[in-house]
Amino acid sequence: MSAKQYDAIVVGAGHNGLICAAYLAKAGRKVLVLERRHQVGGATTSEEIYPGFTYTCCSYVVSLLRPWIIRDLDLPRYGYEILPLESTFTPFPDGRYLMRDSDPERTRRSIAKFSPKDAEVYKRFGQEMAELGRLIKPLIDDPAPDPLSRDPRELLRLGRLGKQLRGQGDEWLYANVKMMTMSAVDFLSERFECEELIAPMAISGIIGTFLGIRSPGTAYVLLHHYMGEIDGSFRAWGLPKGGTGAIANAIAASARALGVEIRTEAPVAHLLMKGNKATGVVLENGDEIQAKQVVSGLDPHRTFLKLVGEEHLDPEITQQVKRFKMRGSSGKVNLALDALPDLACLPGPGPQLTGGITIAPSIDYLERGYDEAKYGAFSKKPFMDILIPSLTDPTVAPPGKHTMSIFVQYAPYHLKEGAADWPNQREAFGDAVIDTLSEYMPNLKDRILHRQVLSPWDLEQIYGLTEGNIFHGELSLEQLAFLRPMAGWSRYKTPVDNLWMCASGTHPGGGIMGAPGALCARTMLGKRAV
Amino acid sequence: MPIPSPFHERTSPLCTSYRWKDWGGYCAVSSYDTSHEREYFAFREAAGLLDVSPLYKYEVTGEDAAALLGRMMVRDVTKLKVGRVAYTCWCDDGGKVVDDGTVARLAEDHFRVTAADPTLHWLHALSRGFDVAIEDSSARLAALALQGPTSRDILKCVTDADLDKLKFFGVTKAKIGTNPGWISRTGYTGDLGYELWVERDHALATWDALMDAGHAYGIEPAGLDALDVARVEAGYVLLANDYFSAKKVVLESRKSTPHELGFGWMVDLNRNFIGRDAIAAEVKRGSIWQLVGLEISWEELEALYSSFNLPPSLPVTARRDALPVYVEDGRQIGQATSHTWSPILKKYLAIASVHRGFETLGGKLRIEHTVEYERRQVTATVAKLPFYDPERKRKP
Repeated sequence: MSAKQYDAIVVGAGHNGLICAAYLAKAGRKVLVLERRHQVGGATTSEEIYPGFTYTCCSYVVSLLRPWIIRDLDLPRYGYEILPLESTFTPFPDGRYLMRDSDPERTRRSIAKFSPKDAEVYKRFGQEMAELGRLIKPLIDDPAPDPLSRDPRELLRLGRLGKQLRGQGDEWLYANVKMMTMSAVDFLSERFECEELIAPMAISGIIGTFLGIRSPGTAYVLLHHYMGEIDGSFRAWGLPKGGTGAIANAIAASARALGVEIRTEAPVAHLLMKGNKATGVVLENGDEIQAKQVVSGLDPHRTFLKLVGEEHLDPEITQQVKRFKMRGSSGKVNLALDALPDLACLPGPGPQLTGGITIAPSIDYLERGYDEAKYGAFSKKPFMDILIPSLTDPTVAPPGKHTMSIFVQYAPYHLKEGAADWPNQREAFGDAVIDTLSEYMPNLKDRILHRQVLSPWDLEQIYGLTEGNIFHGELSLEQLAFLRPMAGWSRYKTPVDNLWMCASGTHPGGGIMGAPGALCARTMLGKRAV
Repeated sequence: MPIPSPFHERTSPLCTSYRWKDWGGYCAVSSYDTSHEREYFAFREAAGLLDVSPLYKYEVTGEDAAALLGRMMVRDVTKLKVGRVAYTCWCDDGGKVVDDGTVARLAEDHFRVTAADPTLHWLHALSRGFDVAIEDSSARLAALALQGPTSRDILKCVTDADLDKLKFFGVTKAKIGTNPGWISRTGYTGDLGYELWVERDHALATWDALMDAGHAYGIEPAGLDALDVARVEAGYVLLANDYFSAKKVVLESRKSTPHELGFGWMVDLNRNFIGRDAIAAEVKRGSIWQLVGLEISWEELEALYSSFNLPPSLPVTARRDALPVYVEDGRQIGQATSHTWSPILKKYLAIASVHRGFETLGGKLRIEHTVEYERRQVTATVAKLPFYDPERKRKP
């Protein structure tokens, strides 16, 4: 038994766990972070999987990390650097392409090749979404307001919010309500006419969910992505220098400077319980560590079913936890490249390779990919979101060589043959990805030095993401805000005394946002939010 | 009308944005693309290649070269060893700054002076009685700045010079590609970086060699917009913007002394140089102005914009329009002469001149900020210059 007494133990050194720990330490608490893996970050990780090449293994872009967290924890001082991701390039099989970047005129001209009307609407749409995002923003910087609460303070807050929203006018409210219920494709089709634009735009609505772009409710998730905020300017995604792992390292360095103790390779087996109270943790090696509070940086399934254990839970709660949908739908393929590949539609180096490259040639293409997933197979022609980080950040690969990060959807955790069949299908999945991509980059295969394929099953095994869900639970409407992770327990507190939740499974959800971690700490400290 | 620089044949086709400006009578690229962001990040994350040929350059040679420059410069450049460069300013008799630049000792009796303004006349005027020859090499020499963390790796591919031995503010003769030239570890970005000096006939070959080698290291041609952000982060003042040459202003109050510009560390009062007596008197009396860094409160800016029902917005480029700086009671005590959003520090920064007494680090001042045509104020905290100072800048 450890002699030290901690005010709090944070289980899991993902970015939210680290942020939560840093805020607690900032308030003078003695905090210990326990991480199962050999390095911090969780899914916010960069690893030299192949010598000389640093892969940003899982999460690959950042936009939602709250600016106030960056300031509070002084992250730039600890190595937090975000490089601009300027563009989105969408190649089509017939050799045409669509380029959207930070230059509005260039973007307008590119869209006009497909639809002059859409080219005009596009800019207005961006403004409309940014405006929506700005109004929704307070919701992600605060614990979720609960409409069923009887707490007068809560009602006041709701009242204020209601007033603010009403102040936006009826049109805005209608648009918002529609947005909450529509599918991404329907929502976008109300504004745009050309599929070549709608398809790549719609994918923001499905990333990380087990839904298709025609599934109701996916329009809202579009907005989630439009809130991407860097340097205070909306809708700008960025590439972390050194991969996303560098963000985790910066947060860890800041946390350590604040006095947080971080132990890696210290897997927690389960909580120490006294009645309904968490009193510490038991490590897999049998060590027991006491603490006044325990914070779980794991997803809701792991938190309740593994750390706490069903035997300590009300069956009602167990039911709710089990109903919380995880069902990962995506995988990652990371490549080390000997040289830059050429795009068939626009060969040679250039801005078409430096931003995001989206393989989403049509609505049906994406929907067919979903069809396969619904019946338990990975998409043979998947949607892909591709980055070549080494073009912007040369430190991640040897000179002249490159890394490629490919986010792939759909790769359902639950295969027809069962999730455990993923090791048998992993390479076939990787082949499908490379074969599909080779249709757009004919010389890709010749340039591959190394390939890492991460199926949702691998994400679960390696990173502890239950069912490989990258958001610790799907970001669908019924699992957001006061319903995340379950009704009545959206405030980071859990039904177990002295146990808190601080990760993406809580409001406001996944992505490298940090808000769950920070809001959890603030709630624990009894402080008002931002 | 500005004329092409020796690199124009290369820079011109790359400058797809057509964003040029006049720098010392030359066409200089503001930004190659419509946004300078990528070029800025090249300076900070890879390497940016910037044409700095418009800088004024002078070769001072002869037995008395050191003595002449010793007399002209506030810094004691006579002690400069061969192969070293000194950043310094020079003053008029009244101890007011005329210009700032670098002095490189290329040989015992050969110095190269760089300046922002034409300086030939001043050098000549001071040289009476000194056994020196002065050449205006501005047009003869083409110059490039290669700045950023991968600049050394790139340069190593094209030169025989031992760059691992070239210390911060060192200079060496070198073969660059197949041509002779000079490499100095200097720059205006506050990062690891080099400046290359070659005969103008070798300009294009030098450019090509660097671009070819740089390809694998993320090299980007960069323009002055990107430089302007980097130099504010680095805390470097810009002539004719953050201060004015004593020889070019009408009002005495527009002139600045070395101490007022943060150049006090260069001054050695135990020797004789132009402006010494006036500076000694100023030191006794105390300076009127102090150059400071300011960090502008983002929270207050956000709140200010929010009161207009707007998201916060800042100019996308570094700005040179002066903003008044106040104290809490409403008195104006100075002006911010350069300001920029720092993408790397995630802060809104300014370089300002404030009345003596308000330079204390951490001191809270107010800076003007206009939203929807309304002039408001937000808090600006006095911060240390340089704002950004990576270890690699001076690391061997």
